Amino acid sequence: MIKGKVWKYGDDVNTDIIFPGKYTYTLMEPAEMAKHALEDLDPEFARRVEPGDVIVAGKNFGCGSSREQAAACLKAAGVQAVIAKSFARIYFRNAINLGLPVLQSGEASESLQPGDEVEIDFAGGRIIAGGRVFKFPPLPDSVIGIIEAGGLIEFTKKKMQTRNRARLDIE
Amino acid sequence: MVRAGEVITVSPDYYLSHDNAAAIIGEFRKIGVQAVKAPQKIVIILDHIVPAAAEKYAQNHKTIREFVAEQNIPNFFDIQHGICHQVLSEASFALPGKIIMGSDSHTTTYGAFGAFAAGIGRTEVASIWATDEIWLRVPETLKIELAGTMSPGVSAKDIILKIIGDNGADRANYMAVEFTGPAARDMTIASRMVLANMAAEMGAKNGYFEPDDKTLEWLEKRAKANYEIVTSDTDAAYESVLRYDVTSIEPQVACPHTVDNVKPVPVVEGIKFHQALIGTCTNGRLEDLAIAAHILKGKAVHPQVRTLVLPASREVYLDALRAGVLQILSESGCVILNPGCGPCLGAHEGILAPGEVVLSTSNRNFRGRMGSRESEIYLASPATVAASALEGKITDPRKYL
Repeated sequence: MIKGKVWKYGDDVNTDIIFPGKYTYTLMEPAEMAKHALEDLDPEFARRVEPGDVIVAGKNFGCGSSREQAAACLKAAGVQAVIAKSFARIYFRNAINLGLPVLQSGEASESLQPGDEVEIDFAGGRIIAGGRVFKFPPLPDSVIGIIEAGGLIEFTKKKMQTRNRARLDIE
Repeated sequence: MVRAGEVITVSPDYYLSHDNAAAIIGEFRKIGVQAVKAPQKIVIILDHIVPAAAEKYAQNHKTIREFVAEQNIPNFFDIQHGICHQVLSEASFALPGKIIMGSDSHTTTYGAFGAFAAGIGRTEVASIWATDEIWLRVPETLKIELAGTMSPGVSAKDIILKIIGDNGADRANYMAVEFTGPAARDMTIASRMVLANMAAEMGAKNGYFEPDDKTLEWLEKRAKANYEIVTSDTDAAYESVLRYDVTSIEPQVACPHTVDNVKPVPVVEGIKFHQALIGTCTNGRLEDLAIAAHILKGKAVHPQVRTLVLPASREVYLDALRAGVLQILSESGCVILNPGCGPCLGAHEGILAPGEVVLSTSNRNFRGRMGSRESEIYLASPATVAASALEGKITDPRKYL
């Protein structure tokens, strides 16, 4: 398990303040995206974030645009997970498709404070902060395969290879 | 027959992308298949930064044009057509009962025609190009019943802002929103598109209006494919039913920096701003430009307000041109932009400096969206923005009607 510190934000953290629209068609490299992560919410974040850190937020994290960079930039910045009371639908899918763990826990969202040190036990569904332990619900079966494959592109690649092999066998 | 909560794999009827097709192409190449599975289902509409405002955008567009040629994608709309949600509807891919996935959050717009249409990310579109499949969780449905008659000076935008303000930006997270009731049926197709478009701002997966005579009339001249009207079961289960009498709804404004920070115009009257934007995929149709022209006719916009007009498509642009609407707007001092997304997402054509304020008919007012993080965005109807542009401060449009 990796230890990281908490960056805490409020409700309705939207995609524009996670990753500004003016960069969505010009920045393609993850390292470049990371430099602008949360730029319009917390200009200090990108300068001071360290690998393994965790974002903790309130309800409806990632609302707004479908831009995937809002998940990609956090992953590239080294964020190991986002913990929130709830996630906006498209953000939730995007994060899973890119392999950024998104964990739903109202209790952790309330209790964790900026700078707290946390560890995440993904297999056991536990967030551990000092003596406190918060449970998060396991992800739906339908998405576990995507995460296990390392994201949707890898998942699809394997699926297509399997299908092609099956077709060749028949032929 | 499916039920809310089930996860199903579907083959969508159409999948939309826009300038972000350039990034999707990159992801698609990583999958390792040579050809897209169903080229006729791919719809690509360049609209976000058109014409290209810088070399990087030009390269994106070029990459897309080359891919379209390589893969024989028949439904490609280059920069002259307009905003994807308007163009896809006019080109009649938005048909009742169709499943449409789009790499844009406002894909919900096609629910105005009784389609199931939802936004997804780029990577998912790349995967659909390869497989013609996507997994979806069947959403619960939130029903919004609209009764009564809108007062003069009040439009669909005010109704949806009021609903979002009352219920919050995540009220419909992951849900389908069905707009129904006599006031929904009274609405024009253009107005229904406003509600379905902004259902995304309540977190909705999709919006839905039951197709009726107005829908069929719109489709009569346009539909290129067969379609099947899908309606709610009489015994359908709803997560909740929200009821509104639109008669009592006043003009509304969403204040910075969230779409659910909504106040009636009389409460925020007098707030000054530097730029006005009338148009976009939310409010860039003929009825929107016409009401603005009605208010601005023979008058001049305030000298300290830059008033931008952004028709949603070339078809709208031409209709407004023929109706004399663009002439009135131009004579009053408005800048007529080419159909496209313009400054709405903060990339070009009217970016805000620190300390500047915009009053816009678009759908999002998140901090920094249209430029500096020190700028502010207020959202309102075309009538409110036009009346306010005359006075240089937020103004109740009812005094001009």
